Amino acid sequence: MVTFLNIVIAGLLLGGLYALIAMGLSLQYGVARVLNVSHGEFIMLGGLITWTLYTAFGVNPLLSLAICGPLTFLLGFIIHRTVFKRLLTSSESRGVFESNSMLASFSLLFIIQNIASIAWGPEIRGYSYLRVPVNLAGAVFGANRLMTLGFAVVIGVAFYLFIARTRTGKAIRAAAQDPAAAGLMGVNIDRVLALCFGLGAALAGTAGMLISLCYPVHVAMGLEYTVIALIVVVLGGLGSIPGSFIGGFALGIIGSVVTNIDPSLSLIAYYLIFVLLLLVKPTGIMGR
Amino acid sequence: MNAVGVDLKKLRAPALLLVLLLLLIALPHARPGYAVVLVYTILMYIVLTVSWVLFSAPTGYVSLAPAAFFGVGIYTSAILGMKLPLPVVICIGGLASAFLALLVGALTLRLKGIYFAIFTFGLVELIKHFVLWYELKYTGTRGRFLLPVGNNTIYYVMLAILVALLLTTYFIKRSKYGLALQSIGEDEEAAAHTGINVTLLKIITFAISAVFTGAAGAIWAIRLTYIDPYIAFDVNNSFMPVLMAIFGGLGQLYGPILGAVVFSFLREVLITRFPYYYMLLIGTILLVSILYLPNGLVGLIQRWRRRIWGGQHANT
Repeated sequence: MVTFLNIVIAGLLLGGLYALIAMGLSLQYGVARVLNVSHGEFIMLGGLITWTLYTAFGVNPLLSLAICGPLTFLLGFIIHRTVFKRLLTSSESRGVFESNSMLASFSLLFIIQNIASIAWGPEIRGYSYLRVPVNLAGAVFGANRLMTLGFAVVIGVAFYLFIARTRTGKAIRAAAQDPAAAGLMGVNIDRVLALCFGLGAALAGTAGMLISLCYPVHVAMGLEYTVIALIVVVLGGLGSIPGSFIGGFALGIIGSVVTNIDPSLSLIAYYLIFVLLLLVKPTGIMGR
Repeated sequence: MNAVGVDLKKLRAPALLLVLLLLLIALPHARPGYAVVLVYTILMYIVLTVSWVLFSAPTGYVSLAPAAFFGVGIYTSAILGMKLPLPVVICIGGLASAFLALLVGALTLRLKGIYFAIFTFGLVELIKHFVLWYELKYTGTRGRFLLPVGNNTIYYVMLAILVALLLTTYFIKRSKYGLALQSIGEDEEAAAHTGINVTLLKIITFAISAVFTGAAGAIWAIRLTYIDPYIAFDVNNSFMPVLMAIFGGLGQLYGPILGAVVFSFLREVLITRFPYYYMLLIGTILLVSILYLPNGLVGLIQRWRRRIWGGQHANT
């Protein structure tokens, strides 16, 4: 019973992170139509910035959220304004834009990773913060990991409410459905798309900060998280934010079960699920 | 006079290609050493790029699987390289990749384009981790060593693969299959309604393109001499062909070749000159070319040609 509880809680802890990462990517693809291959690089930036702030300046990692979030948001916003907006106007169809923007995001991966490796070097970085054991009905977990789950849920819910309840959220939803019509209805479409890309990057940066609480971070860590985010996003339905949230937790629990059997098999298991899903229901859990 | 002019024009391109081929065959005798290594690296990228173009350009499905096929070729060579003669190993490498392509194609080519791109992107990571897991668990090693072969052998094998690939591409483009592929890219539903077996055609073309990528991987493995899953299944090998093709321009067959030649040469130079800033420079060049050269180098050349010679005509 305790092992079962252990596995489920470990899965939820992992799932919170996955959900956060996937929501960012889902927003970028669902609204801005950019299949952002460099998503993992923003995670890496979030993690390494947090590490630097903590080890060099002693800034509390949770406080560094107030720095990582806006910083990655700004970076994403500027990138969309300069790169993807130009691509959007020069591409003749949506299909062309999707493939061009994916390739552009791949070159961004190169650029961001290289700048990060100049700044931080190739070493694997880790720090210790809140590594105190907490007993949950017999299952023991680190406080830092529980903190991660709490943050992920709070940010996820807040984000959902933002999309579902606010005026800007409504504009985002309208832009996701039909950018041209939304533009005609008075939505400033360029601003909304850039906002979405920036918010996606900020979610990645936040996830990076949370990841650095539990795992070591390094310059080349991004790609693995990008692949996981892609799997979760397809699992939940491309472009569906609640879908990504649910898909993240589902994948987290699956991952935790598989890790219990053989840790090095988890990514392979994710991929098998991904293949099965594509065969049975390619539109994902929440897809139409 | 007119008839002669037409005949000469028709002969010009094949004659030029033949001269180029002879020059390439003569190269190792004239300039042995680094030039050979540089040229076969460029040839390898041309093979990857053209075989990507063979499937993805007419159909419009962006495949990010080249690294998977390339890696399968590399591992075939690593496993069989010491047991079988080289040509057999290279053929098996190509066939193994084609088999993987058939499997992946049958699973995913019914899907929409974006799912296909995501799937093939993840495929590379999956195979990488699977091989790593298998090697650590069952063979107890992380990497493998290969017996080195002379540079000239690698060079001629790569050249032979390229020639075979170019001939295949040319004949497919000229045949009714090429037309059918083109129609899939323009409107898949309409193509299906005219009686084309859309899925089958896509799967077969995907497999044909994988043969050459796999064969190139099999010979490239020998150049590497040491391989492990991270080297063999490097995701860059998926994106490089796509980017080189776009960089050159997809409209004509010579566009991707030009893109591959210019870009792989640039890459070699940047890696040796600026090892620490190489990714930054490559990324910037790619980004700029995607943003400002939508039709690639070919588009740029055509624009210049119009500006220089076509001044008296209106630009339409």
